[in-house]
Amino acid sequence: MTKPAPLTRDDVAHVAALARLELTDEELDLFTGQLAEVLDHAADVAALDLSDVAPTAHAMAVTNVLRPDEVRPVLDRDEVLAAAPSVEDHRFRVPRILGEAP
Amino acid sequence: MTAPRPTIGLANAVRSGGRSALEVVEEHLAAIEAGDGAIHAFNLVTADLARHQAGAVDRMVADGEDPGPLAGVPVALKDNLCTRGVPTTCSSRILAGWKPPYDATVVERLRAAGAVVVGKTNMDEFAMGSSTETSATGPTRNPHDTTRVPGGSSGGSAAAVAAGFVPLALGSDTGGSIRQPAALCGVVGLKPTYGTVSRYGLVAFASSLDQIGPFAATVADAALLFDVIGGHDPADSTSLNRPTPRVVSVLDDGVAGITVGVLTEFLDGAAPDVAARVHQAAEALAAAGARVEEVSVPEVTLGLSAYYLIAPGEASSNLARYDGVRYGLRVDSEDTATMNTATRSSGFGAEVKRRIMLGTYVLSAGYMDAYYNQALKVRTRIIEGFATAYRRYDVLLGPTTPTTAFPLGEKTADPLQMYLSDVCTIPTNLAGHPAISVPFGTGYDGLPVGVQLLGPALSEGTVMKVAAVVEAAAPTIGVPVLSGEARS
Repeated sequence: MTKPAPLTRDDVAHVAALARLELTDEELDLFTGQLAEVLDHAADVAALDLSDVAPTAHAMAVTNVLRPDEVRPVLDRDEVLAAAPSVEDHRFRVPRILGEAP
Repeated sequence: MTAPRPTIGLANAVRSGGRSALEVVEEHLAAIEAGDGAIHAFNLVTADLARHQAGAVDRMVADGEDPGPLAGVPVALKDNLCTRGVPTTCSSRILAGWKPPYDATVVERLRAAGAVVVGKTNMDEFAMGSSTETSATGPTRNPHDTTRVPGGSSGGSAAAVAAGFVPLALGSDTGGSIRQPAALCGVVGLKPTYGTVSRYGLVAFASSLDQIGPFAATVADAALLFDVIGGHDPADSTSLNRPTPRVVSVLDDGVAGITVGVLTEFLDGAAPDVAARVHQAAEALAAAGARVEEVSVPEVTLGLSAYYLIAPGEASSNLARYDGVRYGLRVDSEDTATMNTATRSSGFGAEVKRRIMLGTYVLSAGYMDAYYNQALKVRTRIIEGFATAYRRYDVLLGPTTPTTAFPLGEKTADPLQMYLSDVCTIPTNLAGHPAISVPFGTGYDGLPVGVQLLGPALSEGTVMKVAAVVEAAAPTIGVPVLSGEARS
């Protein structure tokens, strides 16, 4: 494996935006240094030649787990909606999702 | 020799009518009331619900029914286990006050066994941490020395058992979050085989690694709790649909003929006082009839790096659900995307943000092959390394943690140093195997040391019968400063 490029402040700002996190300038500086240190520690992993090794996503993998196709009780709608920040007509209510209204 | 079973004795006293469950729970609630101000093991004490449950247990006994193997036993739950109608916060502002609409499977199984839930314990936010200091509700303190951390992320559950507030507690272990705090607080903690305990109702951190497990004062009590919570659950698609090891019945079988490998890589990184206790435990096992040798499993040294690529990757995906729409905090804004960002930026603490960003980064285009996919291959190598060792050894022995409990605040500014405290526990999670931490005397500073026994998948019976022998040989660790008068 080729060594990945070092983490920059712009990288951190970019992934923060992807993850819908807004960081202050101080947080950006702090996190860039801390995350670069963790990635540097992981350089031993990135540097290994593992081209002939299969990846493991799950140590105790089970596959094709299906339940019987039958009607069964589900969560109570009112109880679920009671936990929501905003509700209208038995639905989750959110602020507008598109651009300015005409 | 019989392994000590204080909780089994307590449950049997309640089952036979010798003790009232209500009286037992009142004693423990009083101990929490008196002592938890100094410890902060609990985010929430559910005193009225506990009294209600205890009353129901007493009525069953009066009616001639058997409430179950945990009759009247007070149990504390880590605050990432869903309890219907009872706040479940993960020690995060983003879930403050959230009341789940359902119970975790383990909570249902505890109730069906007659246990009495007394409250929700403090933890690192979303189980991300090794000291309980990332909690939005403030840190938990170690009952053996309140200037020290209890470990984490299940620090509240470990401290609650160590302080005598409860005989049993549940935690979750993604990279050591049961075993590490158990070691630092001087109690027993078991991380079971992945898939043996249902994760239904466990708030997800890293789904391929998370596993619920017991805390107790003794190996036998931890075994009892494991036997109650384990077993297939159709509600968790990763739950193993095969017989779960039953542990209590084999605990007194001894170690004659058992082969034990002392894991040199774990010893290499341990402080001298911790390493000395591991050698002492190894000698005790040899004296009890086990064949004990040193063994090298070089692959485990890659565990920490692989874990801090895999677990944040999974976490960044799992925590995408906290968007201010369906439950938890919402910070209102004029449009939904801004609301998502404002909610998450305000609701998550610094460590959770770090892990989300690290995970997002290692999964992003251009870096996924170098980091995340490479870590998945390292995971394969670690599993192969363990498999080679387990062809020769029934169990492996090592320290649970490199050091005893460190001072509060010592590692909070340096995430990598904090991560390194999990170096001996992480490989087990990557392999999906069981491992247990057993208290074994103290370090130079007088604080508890934990030794760890590891085994291959579904070897809980073997691991815990060896643990019972280690426990019987363990030097005492002294009484916590706040040991509860209610210890039954």
